[in-house]
Amino acid sequence: MALAAAAGAAAELAGLGLIGSAAWLITRAAEQPPLAALSVAIVGVRAFATSKGVFRYGERLAGHDVALRAQATTRERLYQALIPAGPLNHRGADLLSRMVDDTDAAQDLLVRCLLPAVAALVTAVTTVVIALFLLPAAALVLLAGLAVAGVLIPAGTAAAARRWSARIAPARADLAARVADLVHGSADLAAYGAGDRALAACAEADARLAALERRQARGNAVATGLGMLAQGLTVLAIVLVAQNSGAGSVATAVLALTSLVSFEPVLPMAAAGERLTGVLAALRRLREVRATPPAVTDPTAPVPVPDGPPTVEIDDLVVRHSADRAPALNGVSLTLTPGRRVALVGPSGAGKSTLLSALMRLVEPESGTIRLSGVEIGRLSADDARRVMTGLTQDPYVFQASLRDNLRLAGPEAGEDALAEAVRRARLERWVERTGWDTVLGEDGRTVSGGQLQRLALARALLNDPPVLLLDEPAEALDEETADALMADLLDATHGHTTLLVTHRLRGLERVDEIVVLENGSVVQRGTHGELVDTPGYYRDLWRSEALTAGR
Amino acid sequence: MHKDLLRLALSERAVRRHLALCLAAAVVTGLLVLVQAELLAGVLSGRFAASALVFLALVVGVRATLSLAQGVAAGRTSTGVKSALRRRLLSRLQELGPARLTSHRSGELVTLTGRGLDALDPYLSGYLPAAAVAGVVPIAVLVRLFTADLASAVIVLVTLPLIPIFGALVGMHTKAVTERQWQALSRLGGHFLDVVRGLPTLRAFGRARFQAGVIQRVADAHRDATMRTLRVAFLSSLVLELAASLSLALVAVPVGLRLLSGSLDLSIALLVLLLAPEAYLPLRNMGNKFHAAMEGVAAADQAFAVLDGQAERPARGERASGAGAGGRTAPEIRLENVTVRYPDREEAALEDVSLVIAPGERVALVGESGAGKSTLLHLLLGFVTPAAGRVLIDGVELTDLDAWRGRLAFVPQRPHLFAASVADNIRLGSPGATVDQVRTAAEAAYAEEFVAALPEGYETVLGERGANLSAGQRQRVALARAFCRPSADVLLLDEPTARLDGRSEGAVVTATRDLAEGRTSVIVAHRPAMIDLADRVIRIADGRVVSDRPAVPGSGRTSRPGDDLAASAVSAASAVSAEKNGGSR
Repeated sequence: MALAAAAGAAAELAGLGLIGSAAWLITRAAEQPPLAALSVAIVGVRAFATSKGVFRYGERLAGHDVALRAQATTRERLYQALIPAGPLNHRGADLLSRMVDDTDAAQDLLVRCLLPAVAALVTAVTTVVIALFLLPAAALVLLAGLAVAGVLIPAGTAAAARRWSARIAPARADLAARVADLVHGSADLAAYGAGDRALAACAEADARLAALERRQARGNAVATGLGMLAQGLTVLAIVLVAQNSGAGSVATAVLALTSLVSFEPVLPMAAAGERLTGVLAALRRLREVRATPPAVTDPTAPVPVPDGPPTVEIDDLVVRHSADRAPALNGVSLTLTPGRRVALVGPSGAGKSTLLSALMRLVEPESGTIRLSGVEIGRLSADDARRVMTGLTQDPYVFQASLRDNLRLAGPEAGEDALAEAVRRARLERWVERTGWDTVLGEDGRTVSGGQLQRLALARALLNDPPVLLLDEPAEALDEETADALMADLLDATHGHTTLLVTHRLRGLERVDEIVVLENGSVVQRGTHGELVDTPGYYRDLWRSEALTAGR
Repeated sequence: MHKDLLRLALSERAVRRHLALCLAAAVVTGLLVLVQAELLAGVLSGRFAASALVFLALVVGVRATLSLAQGVAAGRTSTGVKSALRRRLLSRLQELGPARLTSHRSGELVTLTGRGLDALDPYLSGYLPAAAVAGVVPIAVLVRLFTADLASAVIVLVTLPLIPIFGALVGMHTKAVTERQWQALSRLGGHFLDVVRGLPTLRAFGRARFQAGVIQRVADAHRDATMRTLRVAFLSSLVLELAASLSLALVAVPVGLRLLSGSLDLSIALLVLLLAPEAYLPLRNMGNKFHAAMEGVAAADQAFAVLDGQAERPARGERASGAGAGGRTAPEIRLENVTVRYPDREEAALEDVSLVIAPGERVALVGESGAGKSTLLHLLLGFVTPAAGRVLIDGVELTDLDAWRGRLAFVPQRPHLFAASVADNIRLGSPGATVDQVRTAAEAAYAEEFVAALPEGYETVLGERGANLSAGQRQRVALARAFCRPSADVLLLDEPTARLDGRSEGAVVTATRDLAEGRTSVIVAHRPAMIDLADRVIRIADGRVVSDRPAVPGSGRTSRPGDDLAASAVSAASAVSAEKNGGSR
């Protein structure tokens, strides 16, 4: 950091020295002194000329090194802050990517704001000191000019940027929302012949944004013009002052040319001031992310997980996602003894996935308890709780990595045989044969369909083989035939294994020990398949409608 | 210059003018440096009287004004280009139509059309003017130097081309490596985003903390590799700096010595000293702006790729026949041997389907997901066109989509709620509807109660993608939309209760029953309560009609004890349909 700043300042100073010594050389030579009088200046000119480029090179290298380090540190800190489950996990992909973009701000702060500011400051101070020796009055003029260009104008651009971003950001969001409406709502628009109106709304939003952007551009142009004016007039005033105070032509020329050049690192400060506003806002957002308390905090002295096959007892559990919303789970009780398999069914939004999140210590219950072999899970570390209870979660993710690595993250020590077995049990082996173990998946790699992703996630869960297996909709996004076969396999494979299965497919559920029907966060029915089919209610309705639509 | 972008900029008159003004102002500002140097050299050497400072002040003033004008014109150019591009992109997206805007790419398109185009700013308002200046000012400086001092001019003339030449040499040497490294750098950002997005998965398997170390190691490795590359890549800028500053030294020292011998005039010497750096400066400026500009080029490429993509859908509104002009009674819909194919799939989505739906008939489409039910609905909506066969409305082939759609009321499976007020969302299909009409529609769709409970009632603006309503409420707003089009005589519904809980389902079913009254209705249905509404049930499998039979009254009857509203609503619906079926058959 210091190295980069020093090299940057040195490069600017060398530039200053180059023009100063050259000006001195030329004007002094015009007075036709002996050659020896010029030799120092000649050496100076050459030395400054050579060193300027070298310093600049050093500055750019050191600057980028520092910037890359700063960015890595910012990202590392952001990631550490995100590790504990926080409310952030519910944020959309777009927000996440904006957050990652914000970490670039650390880089910009250094390379585009701080380092140039240091170089500008050193240059300005040096020039003013030189001027002070040559002609104090000129130094004052120069100081005033540099202060205008390096402090007043950047302060103005920073203030303007703050004001404009407060107006432009909503206009931009408005445009984005209208574009999103046009694209995501295209079916509704086309069916109701409202497409042209939506297009007009987009055009209006765009016009509003463009008007604001034009005014912002005008503001920036004024700042540039003013900077140029400050530079020109300062040099002019210095020449005037020097000539009036009878300074020699040598001093005048050196003063004029060095002050002209001294503005070069100072003028970009206007743009830096504007950028600084955005950078600070980004850093503030990151600080807020880091300051957000996690949804679940680990106890200071976590107790170890009791040995032996675990029993999970859920008692009168209430979970609320936010204070102003109805509870997602409202007094749910459930017991999973070793080897027992329980299925959770119910309409979407009934709280099935929330129950799994509570078991995995991703949300903190409002009241009620979850005990793992008699120990309240809040007294365990979240990592330990998840080592016991995990599996196939909602919204599984495929990383930009090889198929092997994507699978192995759930079992780092697993051998090839275990991997192959997990793949086979998840009915993924044909795809793996076609794709190959080392093919990179994900955004830049091979695309993965919803059904493949679901089965990959299931393979991960089976590979991980936790004492209590949680499965959230394992057959989702699969075609009927595969789904039926997969569920049948899964029910075979988990026989005698403590399992909590969330599903909305009822086929095969006669094989689980208990079925719990959740609706609006409460248990409305529980029993075996046979019992529930004989009782009027959600389960029987769903069973019949499944039979009807599948033609059975 | 980006060719497509240039064509776009030139095709818009206002943009063309602003671009010309911006470039002209930039070039004149650059050229005025020559005048400024001339005056300053004259004053410093004593050749001009101090009064020449007035002219100097004037030049400074004019330069400042011109740079102001350049900035304003640049702003207008880039907003103009962005607006024009945005307009074309949006109408292009609309042309593509709902069937081809697949959900995966649509997010990308939204970003490109919105924030993505902002990447054009540095290119249009930074790089282009800098390039124009670099093309003119160095030559002008050289010309002036030649008339002033031949020796210095030759030095500049010889060193000036070194910059692009060395730049190109170093560039060629490092191009592949540099590009790979920049890519690696963007991949590093991608890797981090990837890990952050996948954090829930990592957490589930206890790998979150382990990945923190990986992030650190990957970043370190990348930094080392990047710095190794940069050491070479920055050589081009080292050469640039050195050429500029050394040639200044090369000019200044001989000039000093010639002054000493009295063979050169001081004012000329100062002019040379002031002008020489100005020959190099524009090239350096252009180089500095190059990298940011390339991002703009990438954005432009992306935008033009969308614009140039093949247009498959025929232009809308061929007003050939009047599928909607004639009747104001419910129409008959006839499909004759219709086959529908999607471009990226081998098997047909619908294969040789023939159907007659009588005026006012209510048809339920059932079948597994992917069987072709939604495709059939999209066919009736005109989102897809048959590859073979015909769709006839009252015996006339469906061609005038605008008129046909004017007769439709459509409730999709996942209705989109627009970022507008509830009222505007409801009057989507009939913008002229009064507040009372909107309210009536909402009441009919059982939406009145929850809309009234919203903070600003019908004027409540729905959040992005209507996130603040539940699935059932969204579905009822979409039904209200259909009710708000009383003139519609065809009703198309795509699994309107697929994701609803019992309570919402009951309300939606009852509302649908009312809505279907007197209209030709096609309802894609899964749940028994919905199927119960129909006169006829058509089962589709693998794109073909596999069974077509009158509805069996009460076949899928649901009853929900303990759920009063739903129970009453559903039994009411069942009773009505049972009565109707029993009466007519």
